Amino acid sequence: MSYIIEGNTGPWEVVVGLEVHAQVISKSKLFSGASTVFGAEPNTQVSFVDAGFPGMLPVLNQECVAQAVRTGLGLNAQINLVSRFDRKNYFYADLPAGYQISQFAHPIVGTGVVNIELADGTTKDIGVTRLHLEQDAGKSLHDQHASQSFIDLNRAGVALMEIVSEPDIRTPEEAGAYLRKLRTLLRYLGTCDGNMDEGSMRADVNVSVRKAGEDFRTRCEIKNVNSIRFVMQAVEVEARRQVELYENGGTVKQETRLYDPARGETRSMRSKEDAHDYRYFPDPDLLPLILTQDFVDTLKAGLPELPDAKRARFVREYGLPPYDALQLVAEQAIADFYEALARGRDAKLAANWMLGDFFAALNRTSSTIETSPVSAGALGGLIDLISDGTINGRIAKDVFEAMVETGQQAAAIVAAKGLRQVTDTGAIDAAVDAVLAANPDKLAEYKAGKDKLFGFFVGQVMKAMAGKGNPALVNTAIKARIGEAAE
Amino acid sequence: MLTNLTIAAARDGLRARKFSAVELVDAHVAAVAALNPTLNAFITVTGDAARSDAKAADAALARGDAGELAGIPLAIKDLFCTNGVRTTAGSRILENFVPPYESTVTANLKAAGAVFLGKANLDEFAMGSSNMTSAFGPVVNPWQRAGDPAALLVPGGSSGGSAAAVAARMAMGATGTDTGGSIRQPASFCGVAGIKPTYGRCSRFGVVAFASSLDQPGSFARTVRDNAILLGAMAGFDANDSTSFNLPVANYEAACNRGVKGLRIGVPREYRADGMPAEIEALWQKGLDWLRAAGADIVDVSLPHTKYGLATYYIVAPAEASSNLSRYDGVRFGRRVAGDDLIELYERTRAEGFGEEVKRRILIGTYVLSAGYYDAYYLRAQKVRALILKDFTDVFADVDALLTPTAPSAAFAQGEKMNDPVAMYLNDIFTVPASIAGVPGMSVPAGLDRQGLPLGLQIIGKPFDEETVFAVSQVIEDAAGFSHMPAIRAGAAA
Amino acid sequence: MSLDAETVLRIAKLSRISLPQADVPRMQTELNAILGWIEQLAEVNVDGIEPLTGGAAIALRLRPDVVTDGGYPARILANAPARDGLFFTVPKVVE
Ligand SMILES: [Mg+2]
Ligand SMILES: [Zn+2]
Repeated sequence: MSYIIEGNTGPWEVVVGLEVHAQVISKSKLFSGASTVFGAEPNTQVSFVDAGFPGMLPVLNQECVAQAVRTGLGLNAQINLVSRFDRKNYFYADLPAGYQISQFAHPIVGTGVVNIELADGTTKDIGVTRLHLEQDAGKSLHDQHASQSFIDLNRAGVALMEIVSEPDIRTPEEAGAYLRKLRTLLRYLGTCDGNMDEGSMRADVNVSVRKAGEDFRTRCEIKNVNSIRFVMQAVEVEARRQVELYENGGTVKQETRLYDPARGETRSMRSKEDAHDYRYFPDPDLLPLILTQDFVDTLKAGLPELPDAKRARFVREYGLPPYDALQLVAEQAIADFYEALARGRDAKLAANWMLGDFFAALNRTSSTIETSPVSAGALGGLIDLISDGTINGRIAKDVFEAMVETGQQAAAIVAAKGLRQVTDTGAIDAAVDAVLAANPDKLAEYKAGKDKLFGFFVGQVMKAMAGKGNPALVNTAIKARIGEAAE
Repeated sequence: MLTNLTIAAARDGLRARKFSAVELVDAHVAAVAALNPTLNAFITVTGDAARSDAKAADAALARGDAGELAGIPLAIKDLFCTNGVRTTAGSRILENFVPPYESTVTANLKAAGAVFLGKANLDEFAMGSSNMTSAFGPVVNPWQRAGDPAALLVPGGSSGGSAAAVAARMAMGATGTDTGGSIRQPASFCGVAGIKPTYGRCSRFGVVAFASSLDQPGSFARTVRDNAILLGAMAGFDANDSTSFNLPVANYEAACNRGVKGLRIGVPREYRADGMPAEIEALWQKGLDWLRAAGADIVDVSLPHTKYGLATYYIVAPAEASSNLSRYDGVRFGRRVAGDDLIELYERTRAEGFGEEVKRRILIGTYVLSAGYYDAYYLRAQKVRALILKDFTDVFADVDALLTPTAPSAAFAQGEKMNDPVAMYLNDIFTVPASIAGVPGMSVPAGLDRQGLPLGLQIIGKPFDEETVFAVSQVIEDAAGFSHMPAIRAGAAA
Repeated sequence: MSLDAETVLRIAKLSRISLPQADVPRMQTELNAILGWIEQLAEVNVDGIEPLTGGAAIALRLRPDVVTDGGYPARILANAPARDGLFFTVPKVVE
């Protein structure tokens, strides 16, 4: 769906490109043997290499290279068998060497694509320009002291994948969908935990606006936005800011900005003012990174089934509607839960139960698929009781709630509460007769042709049987008694 | 006299119990104490540590499990990080820096039993050819012009303290680093032998970086054989240095006895720089005659891009240095000069911490890498560098080694060439090409100039063929019979 | 290409080396002498030449992903000109 900002001078289109920094899952850092575990005491996970001490030299971590290649393969991107590390030179308190080792001229992964799906069901390809490996910086804490900033280098040198999108994004929703899809992909691949509040996935948001048909105008880069919601907000407010600037006769100057969720505004980043001439050049401490096709193929063979493929298979194998399938592949764990549930059962019934009562229960009990009070096996047991006619769908909902509360198995609950549905036609006929006898007037109206009263009789009979009547048998019994009149 | 021994002789004497490591080291510690006030060859002296290391060496010798260099007293260029011992790189910005780690090369030497007398003076961050840029004062060359003891001469640079210490018999050998001639030129100026091995042969791990793609550790000693012994202990693969080459270390000492019979020695015609002093030209000819007499074939060869070596070097080296020296920012180690904000702190720290030559090179390096100039300077220099490497690859298809003069002049006086950076840079005109190509080069003292100052000849070899370099150098050394000694030396009446 | 005073100051700023106005002319002369001299590279024909990066002609070696380093904050902080607890400290940076 199109997203247009209506200005006084007419409609404006928004153009967005995202640079996502994804922390690589690895035990040790990109160029040193120091640990990457999150949340350690300051400067305890720092080697002399990470702290840029004199004479220290970088040595590349093989697993980080493999993770970047896996991610590239997941993005259907070109893998560059020859890539190189460059130095990006600038001074900053948490950049120990005075340069960041990155890949500027020759990234390890080339162009790829991410396919996103929007609320209205439409899909769109967002181009990926490149993916490269680089070092993370340390952390500056500005709120610990009145006049000092505190520097912790634990994060310095941790491997990042910078994933750069084409400026293909046109709406806040597309930005959100792109990030969600990317995060799902990274989690499936096991190359990044996608945990934005721990900072292991951060986005630089490049925003510009333009009139229809124009070339791109000057963009601003909003640095390090750390939640999908904030990215969507940042796009919105920055686009409006730029439109206002233009419409008040101003111009947008290319700069690095910062999103302040509290104020709901973006503002210029003083600290990055003159970091514009990075003097990139090949790092003379490192040699060209040369991969064999063999290495790449081995990694490719080891990739898990990815969300798009899994979704297609769910539609094919389980006959699910594409939208249901999409929700069920959102996370590997959800997909695994579903397959455990659906195997050997009515797959559609299984999907409906997961997307309905099961997810509702997870929300209500604020638990995750991993901490769910009801296991796939237990939910399967309930579905089996429905399928073999032991209980009907209505009762099943009550049984499920009892399972959530007590953690008991469905069968046990059904037995204990005597919830098996009644299939004894004698008992059903008796209930029908009683209801008809109690409502002569309704029966008369029905016979007079008001046949929607049929449902009323079904309800009354079920009520009389405490909901346990077999719905099919109840219908036949009523028809048998009064059916003729309906013709 | 113990201080006049070669490393090879001392090694045998120690094993024959002619003297102890403590006696050997004490003699050198005393020489350092006596001469350093005059020569300023050491920035930091570690006499006590040397004595206790000497005791340990004697114990190992007694046990019979002593390393190759047990008890051999050495000077360590103050660019090698030494665990717990101040390492300054000759700079005010590292005045009080004490590394909590050891460089691979010095660790290798210690493992072989070597004893460190202290940290040798050098040009600041190894940027210089005179040792005049050291923040700890210049080193005095122990040699003097005949009849002119008043004129203080430079030892060359950047490894000036190492060369002077070995020449003056304060140390039996020394480590150095060579980026464009920093071992070979001071060796020539001080009348000692020194080798820069192939790039990647000695680990750079723990060596304060100047220009990473050119820096290479090497050795100084008074004989070719002693250098072979030292380099054999220093060299080797190091997984901590991504540019270290995984190749076993050859027996360099054995290679010294190979001779040159049947070897083809190339004479690069482009090294006949116009204005080369006649006596250097003559010495070069003598060297070729010596090799011919020893059975080598002398062939004229061409290294067409030689004349562009220096200009290439003075783009590539400052560019890398400007980035390598960014870490000296007053935040994690080294000198800090306070400022109102972080940027002011950086600018003051670096303005006061770095000397003039270092600042000049950082600015040049920053400029040649900066937006709009990268292609014209740095990228072009890297292409010319490829051409210079190709020159060497081509001639080495035909010859086994090259012979050239080491430097265009003998040692000059302190203060000369100071106000003309380019004139100073020209010192390295004969040594820079081998650095750019990454091939090994050795300087051997071959004679004296008319003022009685030593002159060296340079032997350049194929990549990782240090053995041939030692073989040729040994023949030059034997033929030259260089037995002159500097005026200022241990045991000489000062 | 010869440097004007403004460029010299810009490079000094980029290098984070304070350069007093008074020193600019001298530095400008020295830098231009060096630049003028390295200009000679312009005459070399480098058409179709691959730039030589790095001094060693081997492919990059990779390291196994094992934690082998770190865990010594005292040694990391031992040379710090200023620190607070386990942190390095600098004058407050305004984002
Ligand atoms: Mg960015
Ligand atoms: Zn980045």
